[in-house]
Parts: sequence; C-alpha cells; structure tokens
Amino acid sequence: MQASKDNIIEEWDLTIEPQTSLFELNFKDVWRYRDLLWMFVKRDFVSFYKQTILGPLWFFIQPLFTTIIYIFIFGGLANLSTDGLPQPLFYMAGITAWNYFADCITKTSTVFKDNANIFGKVYFPRLIMPLSIVASNLVRFGVQMILLFIMMGYYAMNDASFTITPAILLFPVLVLLMALLGLGLGLIITALTTKYRDLAFLVTFGIQLLMYTTTVIYPLSSAPEKYKNLISLNPMTGIIEAFRYAFLGQGQISVNTLGYSALFTIVVMLLGVVIFNKTEKTFVDTV
Amino acid sequence: MATAIKVENLSKIYRLGEIGTGTISRDIERFVKTKILKQEDPFLKIGETNDRATKGSSDIVYSLKDINFEIEQGDAVGIIGRNGAGKSTLLKILSRVTSPTTGKINIKGRVASLLEVGTGFHPELTGRENIYLNGAILGMRKREIDHKLEEIIDFSGVERYIDTPVKRYSSGMYVRLAFAVAAHLESEILIVDEVLAVGDAEFQKKCLGKMGEISKGGGRTVLFVSHNMAAILKLCENVIYLKNGIVESIDNSYKLAEQYYNINDGTIYLPSIENYSNKGSKLDICKIELINNRGGKCIYMNESIVLNLVIDVKIELLNMVFGFSVKDKNGNEIFFCYDYENQEIANQIKLGINKISIEISNCLNEGLYLLDFMCFENINYQERDSYHLSNVLSFEVIRKNVNIIVDRINKTLINTRSCWKIE
Repeated sequence: MQASKDNIIEEWDLTIEPQTSLFELNFKDVWRYRDLLWMFVKRDFVSFYKQTILGPLWFFIQPLFTTIIYIFIFGGLANLSTDGLPQPLFYMAGITAWNYFADCITKTSTVFKDNANIFGKVYFPRLIMPLSIVASNLVRFGVQMILLFIMMGYYAMNDASFTITPAILLFPVLVLLMALLGLGLGLIITALTTKYRDLAFLVTFGIQLLMYTTTVIYPLSSAPEKYKNLISLNPMTGIIEAFRYAFLGQGQISVNTLGYSALFTIVVMLLGVVIFNKTEKTFVDTV
Repeated sequence: MATAIKVENLSKIYRLGEIGTGTISRDIERFVKTKILKQEDPFLKIGETNDRATKGSSDIVYSLKDINFEIEQGDAVGIIGRNGAGKSTLLKILSRVTSPTTGKINIKGRVASLLEVGTGFHPELTGRENIYLNGAILGMRKREIDHKLEEIIDFSGVERYIDTPVKRYSSGMYVRLAFAVAAHLESEILIVDEVLAVGDAEFQKKCLGKMGEISKGGGRTVLFVSHNMAAILKLCENVIYLKNGIVESIDNSYKLAEQYYNINDGTIYLPSIENYSNKGSKLDICKIELINNRGGKCIYMNESIVLNLVIDVKIELLNMVFGFSVKDKNGNEIFFCYDYENQEIANQIKLGINKISIEISNCLNEGLYLLDFMCFENINYQERDSYHLSNVLSFEVIRKNVNIIVDRINKTLINTRSCWKIE
C-alpha cells in the first residue's frame, strides 16, 4: 500500500508548495535555461551600442577618462605613490578590476526591482538574471582588458619598468572571485530590498566610498603600517593587489590575503544564493 | 485519462494597503509566532474572502481560498469570474510566478504560461532577435527556435519587418510577433491569460484557431482565462467559475455559460419612464428582458430569442404599437420587429400590469448586438406620442458549433440557412 502511494507521488513532474527547503537550489533548472542566459548577455551587449556611432568603443571611454582624471588628481595633485609603475598603467589596472566588481554588485543589487515586470509574468529560474548580469559585465571587462593590454604594449615598447609575472596564471581565479563576490553581495542586497527599500540608497554611494578603502588609487605598500590590516579587511584588496602583481609585477600577493578573499567570497556567495532563493518565491507580491 | 494538474486546498493571502512603516513590526510578530512559538499564522486566521466591493474589517484577504480541482490531460479548461475573483492569481501560482500561502499543486508535464504577450521584448532588438529572446524566456531551447523560426515568422505575418527593431512596430504587429512565438511553444500544458484582447479581429480568430488546434489536435492541456465567454465556449469543454476567490462551480462550459450570464448581466430593469406624454405618464415600462427559448441568458446562433416586456398601463391606450430594432455593435440597424399588422396584442392590453413576450427567430451571426425599444400610438396611420429607448440592452450571440471556422461567414451579420441540391 505504502509502495503504491509512493509511486503516485513520483509521477508528478512538478510540485508547487508554499515552503520549500532552504537549500533546494535547483541548479538543474538553471542549467536547462542556459540558452536564456546567453540571450540576455547578447541582448545587453547589442542593445548597449544600438544607435551609437562609436558602438562598442564606448566601453573604452569610461575607464580611459577615469584614468586621466586619477592621473591628474591622485598622481599630479596628491602625489600618491604608484609603486614605481607608470601612472596610467597603475590606475588603469585598478580601475578595470574595481569596475568589474562594482558593476556586478550595483546591477545585481536591483535585479528584483528592475525586472519585476518580467518576473511577474513568466517563470524562469530567477538566478539566470543576476548570472546574466555578471556574464555581460564580463564582456565589458574583457573589452577593457584589451585596452589595458594596448597600454601595456605601448609602455613595453618605451622601456617602462613593469614585468608580467607567472602569477598571471591566477587571472581566471581572480576574475571568478570578483564575479562571485559582486554577485553574492548583489544577491543579498536585492533580496533585502524587495520589501524595504532603505538599503538600496546605501548601495549607490556605498560602492563609491568602498573604492577608497581598497587599493585602487594607492598601493598597499605605501599605506601606513597601522592601516594595512584595516585595508586588507576589504576582500577586494587581496584581489586587486594580486591582479596588479600578475600583470605589472608590483603589489603584495600572499596566500593569506587571497585565501581570506576566497573564503569571504564563498561565504557571501552561499549566503546570497540562499537568501535570493528564499525571496524569489514571493517577491512579486511585495516588490 | 491521467491527471495533468491537481490542485489541493490552495489558498493565497494578500495584504491590502501600503507596505511601509508598521509592516515591519507585524513581520516580526508573524515571524516570532510561527517560527519560534510554532503557532498558527495569525494572519491566516483573520483573513476574509475577497469581495472587492464591500469594506472589510481586516486588511488581509484571501485572494484564493481552499481551491480544489483536477484537470485531465488533453482537456481545455476555461476559468471565468469577475474582476478580482482570483483568476489571475491562480494562473500566477500555476505558472510559478508567485507561490501559494497554503496548499499544494501537482503538475505532470512541462508548463508554458502566457500571462502577457511579449514578455521581455526589448525595443532596440529586431524582430528576429526578439523571437530568440522571448522564446528563451518562455523556456524554449535555441535549437528548438532555430527549427521553428520560419514557421513563427510565417504565422506572425510581419516578415517584412523581421529585421527592424520592434520599437518601430505598430502595437498590433508587436502582439502578432509575440503571440506567434508563444503559439509555437512545445509544452504539455499551456496556460493563457487574457492575451487575446489585443490585436485585430482577424488575428484574434487566428489565435483562437491555433489554440483550438493545440488542445484538440495536439492533445495538450490548455488553461484559458477570459471574460470573453464566446472565446471560452469555442475552446473549452469545461469551465471553472471563480467567485471571490472560491470555486463557485466546475461544470460543462455550456451549462456554466448560462449561469455566468445570469449572474453577470442579468435582466436590465429600467426605471419607470415618466412623462411619456405631455399630460403625464401613460405607461411605465417596468422590465425588458432578453432570454433564449429555454429561459436562459445565453443566446446561441440559430436559437430563438424571447423578449419579455412588462408594462404598467396608466390610462386606456388606443392602437398602441410596440416595436424594437436590433443593431450591430456599430449601431447599424439590422432588423425591426413590431406588431403593426396584427393588432391583437394592442387590443388585449388592459390597464395595470401587462406581460408581453415576443419570440424572434434568430438569424444573427455571432457577435455583440444592441436593442432599441419603441412604442407609439397609431392614429390614422400616423405616429403620435412616439417614444424611443435607445440601447436598452445588449446581448451576445455565441457560436455553438466549434468546427465551422470560416472567416467569410464571420464577417457577415446575418446567418441564413441554405439548402443545396444537385441534379
């Protein structure tokens, strides 16, 4: 009798219930919709440069101008050290890495609010949307990396003092860490802001301020000893330092700092996915 | 046959009013009571049924309450109900857009839901790009779309614009393209909200035809929400009638249509018409009612219409002529009926309440019609004291026979019977 009852239950393809377990993440579903992820990335990329003359070149403009301003203010006026690296390379590397992280977090942090319309009308694994944001930012990041390479090529021909180190093999890991860290934090914020919007105000300027607590505009080596540990608390510090070390040969890379960043990322990511998963079920009613 | 969808004790509560300060304290209260003290959810207790017109004592309402039904594989089931009856909430839960508060739904097969056409269309992208995007959102794989692309473009009828950004499309073209994608979804269960309300008449027919094909030919399960009873009757054998979040009845669609029309529109009671003549009221019209010859409110093609008229005569009338005309929805008069030739009715009218019933043979095609009522005194073949009531009531003629879908017939107003012989 019990056996036949079990058989009946197994027949269903889908059961909709109010409460599901906290860790039921349904990655199978996400995998089934992988084509959609790709479509969203394509949409973001194509719609970005539609009806523009310069097209994808616009991806270059923002980091280029930011670099110029940083050279002027932090390099020229404030005379901050760049660890002996050419200023454009130093700032460019920091900005490229930081921008990727910052874009991931700001865009994913409004994913529920921005897509309430689509989410309210059709079901697909909600995680696809933030994942697609991280992936389309990766495209942008890739394009900006090309700009960095061009500048590196220029300085290499002019005998500037930088070296590419074997740590460059860590590059994919660094990108993954930045992506997951941004995604994880973004997921937590978007889940917390569906009902109470307060936190959303914090994100916009918070990210801006957070940049100064990590080593985008100054090298960790130039920081006073008493602040070093404080600066290292920002999980992005280890990543940016490693990033600079890999491509330019200057920066403080250690197992400790990277390990800390990785651990932080994993915890944030897991927390983010669980909270997001919990919220996605009913956020349509409260957003 | 096997069950495709099984819904058990499904409820959904909503909180009315604004979400803002004050709600956080209730959230905490609810959390403490349910999660820590393991008590029953305090909000479920005070919930009321969802009657939007009356003021309730609580701001928690049941949008759906204890819904139970089963749908068999291959069935086309309609869901009807007034605004706010919970139709859309039910579809939203079924398509996993939101989750229920209590209860359980079991589904067998892949579900594709169409709560809106063109969800996720990006205005900057071309028609072709949007087909891929929209298809993927609805759950199609890229391979599947590649395979069906030609068919989709063909069905949409916007081939010429397919490589133009959809922001340049007319709204009709937009909808055509969107529905074309949705119509080519391959799923065992299709859930459709009132998406057919848009698009021109020709395209609406095409959509209904396609959906009929899906459910009847394809053996797929279709759930269809609409206010348009004619569309529901065309597609669905069974209907779930929701009222204030509760299943009022589940029945054969033809039986339920009668009930629906009775409740929804009902008889139109007119206020008594004063000052019919200059010397004060000669007669009051108490009631004009239109029913089918079985007494129901749902009028099918080729089925006689009965017009019930109740008048209160105040003074003795001479040679009264009663008449009415039937107009199409654009106001063009189609025919006029009156009792001018045989004065039998007029001669039998007495002082006080008179009930007159008029049976009309119905040669109208399906559609919406309006009725004008008029009466006048016929003195020496001249109209005197004529009274004209425009658009006293509207009624819908519904096609019962689903198989004949011929566009040419549907464009005409009159539906005649012809007898064909060959020698």
